[in-house]
Amino acid sequence: MLEFFTRLFNRDGGSKNVAKERLRLVLVHDRASISPQLLETLKAEIIQVISNHMEIDESALEVNLDSSGNTMALVANIPVKGMKRAAEA
Amino acid sequence: MGEVIVITSGKGGVGKTTTAANVGAGLAYLGKKVVLVDTDIGLRNLDMALGLENRIVFDIVDVTSGNCRLRQALIKDKRLDGLHLLPAAQTKDKTAVSPEQMKALCDDLRQEFEYIIIDCPAGIEQGFRNAIAGADKAIVITTPEVSAVRDADRIIGLLEASELREPALIVNRIRPKMVRQGDMMSIEDIIDILAVDLLGVIPEDEMIVITTNRGEPVVLDQSSRLGQSYRNIVKRILGEDVPMMSLDEEGFFGKIRKMFGMR
Repeated sequence: MLEFFTRLFNRDGGSKNVAKERLRLVLVHDRASISPQLLETLKAEIIQVISNHMEIDESALEVNLDSSGNTMALVANIPVKGMKRAAEA
Repeated sequence: MGEVIVITSGKGGVGKTTTAANVGAGLAYLGKKVVLVDTDIGLRNLDMALGLENRIVFDIVDVTSGNCRLRQALIKDKRLDGLHLLPAAQTKDKTAVSPEQMKALCDDLRQEFEYIIIDCPAGIEQGFRNAIAGADKAIVITTPEVSAVRDADRIIGLLEASELREPALIVNRIRPKMVRQGDMMSIEDIIDILAVDLLGVIPEDEMIVITTNRGEPVVLDQSSRLGQSYRNIVKRILGEDVPMMSLDEEGFFGKIRKMFGMR
């Protein structure tokens, strides 16, 4: 009887597909968990590069690794206070 | 110079110790000089898997802290000529040994043995760090369950960060019938997710309970499929190209033998 019901609900081709899909998703997150230290280094380097060209609010700068579904993105929110005058254009 | 191979998994209870015992015994059976090192300090078990629990005098902490010479702590197996065990300490904890001490120990063992098999504790803390410190190669064990595969993925990442690249995977406790029904991840599914090389597949088999009860490595049992699966792994470690065993039912003769209660 139990077998009948499990068969009935297994139209997606067995529970292994569920397992695979769950694993795939969780591993995207697991693998994306980079250390806070690395994120800090990344932040400092981004500030350095950007401030060559514009004035930014360093205290409000946010850098995060976002993963939704099976894609991953490095999201940076960098408030610009002003543009530097181009010395050589 | 010997080769140091660490057997690890992240998750507990997936078969690290059993695999270490069988790989070690299998290598010794083929005439290699082998030492098995139990690094699971505080939770000593490899001695029982090998049936050597009554012969321990000194342990790994005695060696690293200089209480005894390395030779005094090594237990020689009576069934297999080349097989030796360096047992874990049972009354200390994982911090009793440092990665540097472990590295030095592996280098000493390298001088005398062809294969040094390290049985790693579960987890990713100091016990794991110690176990991998002196290793040249890593074998990762998993079972076809989501938690074990997830932990294996984490371990593979940590191994690669520690310069132990290209670990080889053993999938333990696969149940061919459930795989056929689509209710268990197949070897292909697991390899697809973890993206590592496959070293071997071990089917789920009640026999492992019996052989472990007796303290006799099943790899020595010439008649069983389970023993064969471990022997294949041993041969692959030695560089032989052995095809993966078919996981389908054991065939006509196997069924007949089962009918008569023969193994």
